[in-house]
Amino acid sequence: MKVYFRNIRELPAEERYGPGQLTCAGCGPSIAVRWLLKAAGDDIIVVNATGCIEVTTTSFPYTAWGVPYIHVAFENSAAVASGIEAALKVLRRKGLTDTNARVMVIAGDGGTYDIGLQSLSGMLERGHGVLYVLYDNEAYMNTGIQRSGGTPHFAWTTTSPVGKVMRGKVQRKKDIMGIVMAHHIPYAATANIAYPIDLANKVRTALERLNEGPAFIHVLAPCPPGWKYPEEQTIEIARLATETGYFPLYEWDHGKIILNPPSNTHLDKSRRKPIVEYLKRQGRFAHLTPEDIKEIEKEIDEYWDYLARLVKAFG
Amino acid sequence: MKAELKVRDEVVRERIGLTSNYAVAYAVKDVDVDVVAAYPITPQTTIIEKIAEFVANGELDAEFIPVESEHSALSAMVGASAAGARVFTATSSQGLELMHEILHITSGLRLPVVMATPGRALSAPISIHGDYQDIMNARDTGWIIIIASTAQEVYDSIIMAYRIAEDSRVLLPVMVAYDGFLMSHTMEPVELYHEELVRRFTPRNRSRPRLDPRNPITMGVIASPDWYYEIKYQVINAIKESKSVIKEIQGEFNKAFGTDYDVVEQYRVDDADYILITYGGASTGNAKEAVDEARRNGIRAGVLRIRVLKPFPTEEVVKAIKDAKAVAVIDRALSPGSTFEGPVFNEVVAAMYSQGVSVPVVSVVHGISQRTIFIEDLYELIRELVEFKNTGYFPRRTMFMGLRA
Repeated sequence: MKVYFRNIRELPAEERYGPGQLTCAGCGPSIAVRWLLKAAGDDIIVVNATGCIEVTTTSFPYTAWGVPYIHVAFENSAAVASGIEAALKVLRRKGLTDTNARVMVIAGDGGTYDIGLQSLSGMLERGHGVLYVLYDNEAYMNTGIQRSGGTPHFAWTTTSPVGKVMRGKVQRKKDIMGIVMAHHIPYAATANIAYPIDLANKVRTALERLNEGPAFIHVLAPCPPGWKYPEEQTIEIARLATETGYFPLYEWDHGKIILNPPSNTHLDKSRRKPIVEYLKRQGRFAHLTPEDIKEIEKEIDEYWDYLARLVKAFG
Repeated sequence: MKAELKVRDEVVRERIGLTSNYAVAYAVKDVDVDVVAAYPITPQTTIIEKIAEFVANGELDAEFIPVESEHSALSAMVGASAAGARVFTATSSQGLELMHEILHITSGLRLPVVMATPGRALSAPISIHGDYQDIMNARDTGWIIIIASTAQEVYDSIIMAYRIAEDSRVLLPVMVAYDGFLMSHTMEPVELYHEELVRRFTPRNRSRPRLDPRNPITMGVIASPDWYYEIKYQVINAIKESKSVIKEIQGEFNKAFGTDYDVVEQYRVDDADYILITYGGASTGNAKEAVDEARRNGIRAGVLRIRVLKPFPTEEVVKAIKDAKAVAVIDRALSPGSTFEGPVFNEVVAAMYSQGVSVPVVSVVHGISQRTIFIEDLYELIRELVEFKNTGYFPRRTMFMGLRA
């Protein structure tokens, strides 16, 4: 990661994500989009998948977008972005445009892990110079909190309810970074809205890599109604996700895995906060027994073991 | 006639044998398309193979996106067109069904995407053979649909399609359809025009809205019940109004290239008592032969071919058939569960109703999954129309011709 911004004051003052949007109070994805657009600058075209951000920011005749924006459908934002990238390339070649605009996808977990996975894979395989940003609020929040491939193990949603036989989501969260890295693209990273400088620098680094091919950023973006916590705690909870080792910050850069602060110290389990501090703050995990929490802790330890092996192999 | 031939001499660069699919590829090259995305599907595949070859040889300066599905093919076209590029894709059958969601979005976003669709039967059971069931399923999506009947017309229609789609009064996607296999894979002589004449006929519309950071716009918004209806009505209005633009552009094309296109094609219709309404290549060609045979036997028959399916040429169709004694609409597609199972039959009846005209019309289905339509079948149909007229008994249900009992 190249350092473009050292502190919050160095981020551009201009707001390209403006009023005219209808997200919930404390919306994590909305915070993510604000940082994304600040970091990306003016020369950007945004492709948005159907989801929370799309329905809350483009309510005709209003728009929150100060940059060119297109939404087409739920599952195809990577394909739409492929078309825009190809169009800009050929129009520049033919002298029909002189814009150097970059293309950035903004899609939620449903549009990425599930219904949009095919078009994402196609775009990555074909090598389009597009930055794909996944804002992960870990369920289909736009349609009223249904489980997605990004929903974590044991989490309550309306389609992974807590009943007498089943208690929350049966399956674990899909390893989207593993899937993306397996396409051997130049750059992929995780980021968290609680670490905006890290996020902004990753966006700028990713945009710089687009000359070589696609880039991907997986941003954790908590959702107050979906995760069931008071809306003023969004950033705190997001930070706990990283501090407890639940959502590590790392980069895949030209085949190297690099852990970023504070996750770079988290291979040592004693440097991570206990996972219960993250879980107990959220109503979606309110039903967990001590055994369930132990199971989650075990899964996180396993994930760190996997990461340690990746760092060793690709570090 | 002489003057027209002289025009042809001046505009034709060469006369070569082409399938309708290759005719599409040559038209795409001659209008200088910028981005092509496609996924292989029978019988469309040879279009994109030929275009890929043109791109690979540097004969067409375009970005070719070999997408992972038809859904992504049309999605990429939406993105590229929104960015200001001239785009092309092609598909058939299941591929067109997979695109269906995006068909509505393309017209809703008013993007001038042009697509070629050699028609093919739909699963299940799977059939790779030609008919028009896929095209008919796309008829309510806000696309302009042109159905060609020769390879020459396919080439000409793709060229005209870019002018129509990109016209600021229209800004709608255009589909150019024709018979799967019977045309897509059959060689016919095609006269190709000088490239500079084609390009002069199809200048880019640089003033349409596009995604440009210097002038940011928001496309693909969410609309509340307060707004949605009005925005969709604009699509209805645009496609309705497009008929006059299509006629105007066809007129210009006819003048420039010495052709004779209209929204319908009439063959011996002027004084006809009995008219067969058809669309596409095989059924029209065979219907013309059957009409010639009927005329030799003293029956005044004619063929009316629907060339522009959407917007439906209501006035032109009704004007052509209003004095006939009996009419048959030959559909190569099915509308299961409808009162009559022929989709274009239903359009024709509605067209007559709208003009306050009533002529006896018979619904005929034939050529499903390329079941052979024999000239004798259609000659027999004309004789039956005469019989119906004489007895006063017109069938009040669809006649399924060529179906084994």
